[in-house]
Amino acid sequence: MPDTQTIVNDFVIKLKRRKVEGSQATAKQTAELLRSVISQQRVPHTNQAGALIEAVKAVGEQLIAANPVELAVGNIVRRVLHIIREENVSLATNAIGRLNVSAGSDDEDDDERGDFPVLSAAAVAAASRSTLRPPSLHALLEDMPDLGAAHHTSSSGGDSEGKSKSADKSSRSRKLKHDVIEAVNELIEDIDTCHEQIAEQAVEHIHHNEVILTLGSSRTVMEFLCAAKEKQRSFRVFVAEGGPRYQGHSLAKELVARGLQTTVITDSAVFAMISRVNMVIVGAHAIMANGGVVAPVGLNMVALAAKKHAVPFVVVAGSLKLCPLYPHNPEVLLNDLRSPSELLDFGEFSDCMDFGCAGGAPLLHVVNPAFDYVPPNLVSLFITDTGGHPPSYMYRLIADYYSADDFVVQKRPASGN
Amino acid sequence: MEPRRTSRMVIDPKVRQVGFVTLGSATSTGGAPPPDRTKSGPAAPSSQAVSDISPSGNSLSPVMIPPPRHASDNLSSSLVLHNSSRAVPVQVPMSPLRRTSMGDDMPLGSYNPSESLLGTSPSPSSKLDDGDFFEEDASTGWIVGGNPGKLASSFPGGGFDSTATKSSNFLPASNLTTATVVKIPPDKSGGPLVEVQTEQVAKPSKEKTSKAERRALQEAQRAAKAAAKAEGNKTATTSGEPTAMNVKPSKAVKASQKKDVTTGTSSVAASEKKGGDRPPEKDRKKDVPPPRMQFDDKQRVEKAKRRAVVKQTEVRNRVQLFRHLPQYEHGTQLPDLESKFFLLDPMHPAIYKVGLQYLSGDISGGNARCIAMLQAFKEAIRDYSTPMEKSLNRDLTAKISSYVSFFIECRPLSISMGNAIRVLKNLIAKLPLTLSESEAKATLCADIDRFINEKIILADKVIVRHAVTKIRNGDVLLIYGSSCVVEMMLLYAHELGKQFRVVVIDSRPKLEGQALLRRLVAKGISCTYTHINAVSYIMHEVTRVFLGAASVLSNGTVYSRVGTACVAMVAHAFHVPVLVCCEAYKFHERVQLDSICFNELGDPDAIAKVHGRNDVNYLDNCTGHENLQLLNLMYDVTPSDYVSMIITDYGMVPTTSVPAIVREYRRECLWIEGPSMAHSIREE
Repeated sequence: MPDTQTIVNDFVIKLKRRKVEGSQATAKQTAELLRSVISQQRVPHTNQAGALIEAVKAVGEQLIAANPVELAVGNIVRRVLHIIREENVSLATNAIGRLNVSAGSDDEDDDERGDFPVLSAAAVAAASRSTLRPPSLHALLEDMPDLGAAHHTSSSGGDSEGKSKSADKSSRSRKLKHDVIEAVNELIEDIDTCHEQIAEQAVEHIHHNEVILTLGSSRTVMEFLCAAKEKQRSFRVFVAEGGPRYQGHSLAKELVARGLQTTVITDSAVFAMISRVNMVIVGAHAIMANGGVVAPVGLNMVALAAKKHAVPFVVVAGSLKLCPLYPHNPEVLLNDLRSPSELLDFGEFSDCMDFGCAGGAPLLHVVNPAFDYVPPNLVSLFITDTGGHPPSYMYRLIADYYSADDFVVQKRPASGN
Repeated sequence: MEPRRTSRMVIDPKVRQVGFVTLGSATSTGGAPPPDRTKSGPAAPSSQAVSDISPSGNSLSPVMIPPPRHASDNLSSSLVLHNSSRAVPVQVPMSPLRRTSMGDDMPLGSYNPSESLLGTSPSPSSKLDDGDFFEEDASTGWIVGGNPGKLASSFPGGGFDSTATKSSNFLPASNLTTATVVKIPPDKSGGPLVEVQTEQVAKPSKEKTSKAERRALQEAQRAAKAAAKAEGNKTATTSGEPTAMNVKPSKAVKASQKKDVTTGTSSVAASEKKGGDRPPEKDRKKDVPPPRMQFDDKQRVEKAKRRAVVKQTEVRNRVQLFRHLPQYEHGTQLPDLESKFFLLDPMHPAIYKVGLQYLSGDISGGNARCIAMLQAFKEAIRDYSTPMEKSLNRDLTAKISSYVSFFIECRPLSISMGNAIRVLKNLIAKLPLTLSESEAKATLCADIDRFINEKIILADKVIVRHAVTKIRNGDVLLIYGSSCVVEMMLLYAHELGKQFRVVVIDSRPKLEGQALLRRLVAKGISCTYTHINAVSYIMHEVTRVFLGAASVLSNGTVYSRVGTACVAMVAHAFHVPVLVCCEAYKFHERVQLDSICFNELGDPDAIAKVHGRNDVNYLDNCTGHENLQLLNLMYDVTPSDYVSMIITDYGMVPTTSVPAIVREYRRECLWIEGPSMAHSIREE
């Protein structure tokens, strides 16, 4: 235990100091951290899932509080919680299935998210899960009678759990933890590979002689463009440098090295150039449930310009950036103000700062926000590792990845299940 | 002002009435209405008539919209005799008047929608017959006046001068205008003489008439509209109208017509004048801006290179999209030029100096560059001496052209500079040949000074006055780049004690905002500084956006420092009003839809290196890579729908009024030379 606590503290400090850059790195580290938390968590005999959930939530709260703007942390915490719930339910249904000797109990152990169980046992699990789950046709049509049964079983879930536990306690307790860790490992793997899955779709979107504009740097975007290049598509890319960090330069360098025709432009020239651009492809910091995007600063301007010229504005992002929260005043609440030194040299302007001291309030303020909020009506398409989706569909995707109980991590709702 | 008035004369809706009216006028009795005008008719050349007339003009002036009819009356009456004697004395006072008027009196709303009417000058209907008849009249009058043809011809110029003056309020000014108008007809009659002087080839009058007729038709239509508009304003002044109208229409018509007929033959000045009224078709064609040099045209580029003083090397990786623009390496020319200093025989040192300053970027900003250029021209003109067997007009124009091409090699001209050069060349072309060299030079220098004063410095003051009225206490003003007018405006508002806060948006690579920020903070204005990407973050708190402009094109788009369009767009999205401050001399009749067809490319290396940031060095060693292009765009084009208002020295106008101003302004520019002519006359 003390071991976990120190790891957690380390990571919290890193987050607080913004030492972890990029949502992907953050997500991966968070997942790894949670995995170790789970593996070290001692599991009681009763209500193991509850104990795991509590533990993860406790850690998750700290992490989220450490950097509330880095939504990827919260996303991963919710994903892990969701995994635990699903594993638990699938175990339970298995047990029920065995007890009830119902039709072929399919092992859904490693299906930690996603695919919908088609069998009745799975339907039971589905019914007991979040109401946001898309109803399966089977559940609706064929298994109507079963549904009743499902309700019955779910209501009596506690009992059955107890029974099943009593049946094979030791094996199950080990199994749940084992399954959860397995699933988290898969999640980590997903995080690592989501670029590739997104990049695979590049050929469908990028054609010959296209002119593509992007701003700043995103690994997803780079992989996406390079994948299209590898497929022998010849196109050119305008890279806006993305001040004040100018990561566009590094992206341009990468692209040039990979043989893409690249033109670096200033951020201010975006409006001038966009009339010659066929498509805007950008990365995102987080995707909100309403389809809005929290993106590197400057993208709202790009999106507006693209809208004005009817240029498709495409956001490529892994599903780990999908956040189940609805934004409220995102420009302020989901923003980070970075150091003014990126804009102004303190040395040069020290004398100006002095003027302020006389009057009390300083005369000179320097604002250096890190993010922009792009409202959903400016986004044409999201390309995630599960395919392309319009902004209006995001809330549905969220239902696939998260359980409704976890949307608010901080409050500790009465434990689900 | 005056150009407007004159135009009005032309405009008169009365054209239709001309038929019967003319008779009355012809009789010279002029009959009933205000005695003055009737007198003014052909018979009475006396100065009284002028004075009488002028009051009517004055009454109009407060509104700044002189009633067209009166003007025309004046014209007609004045047409007769007054040519020389009256005009001269009046004119002298003019210049001081103008000065004062410019500074103080400029009414805020000075821009007249009715100005647009100007173009309508020639009255169509009564052409030939009347014309002939009229001519007789005019000639007789002319003879009576006893002025030599030259004088008469020169006069119109003087009239123009008066027109150039902005404030119509002054009686003398109005008188002048009338006087000038009067002269015109004689001028025409004297056309041949003038012609000889200017050495222009007369065109057959027949062609003219046909063209004139067509034009007249158009104008009549336009005039009708204009009249409808103007009517309201005029009502007050209309009392004397009927007679005036009667008298005038005929004469005005004739006069205008005559103009048309004679224009071809008449001197440059005359044609210019006409420009005021309505350029003949050929002229109008000339008005279409010539196509710009396209740098993807290999032959022309080769040719230009051979002529070039500054050695320019092409950038290695040219941006495909901008092949039509010059893409040269920066930084290589300067040492090269410096080494050639003593070899450049024809280049005046002042010109050379300014060129180098352009090249090195020491002078930037539309106004600063324009003023520096004009000052350099002034010095060059002062030191100029006409070579043997050459005429000053032509040789000096050629000289100026060579200077200009040198400037272009140093840095592409800004639109404001182009406009100024056009005016200057006009001035030179219209110098009366009778002037001695020293006089001509003095006149030119004075004219250049006046241009700088009126069109730039005073215009800025006027704009500041206008703009300040749009700042309320508690406002948060967003500014972008560093426009000198906007800065003056902020400082002025601060002096007035208005409480406001300024958001300074800056962008790479020039970071001009930092210097501006420093100046503003030093004055005690509370500022917020950020970069252009954060503009949508900061826009929530902004209540006004003030932007400068390099030029305003006649389709209402604003051509300005790159990034302006972004800022305006975001402001538009946030429903924040966008106010663009731009002097009218920067307006241009070109149209442009995107920022690519015409632009200026800056030094690409400025993109790769981020000033003051050592951590950003990704591009350090791959700038030579064939796949990498660096694009440093200097300007962009803001669509007119993002601009709420343009604040100019003519007042605050919507973008849709830009073409009207462009039109009027061009005319005024042509006329501005008037004063010089007047001086010359006096001197004679």
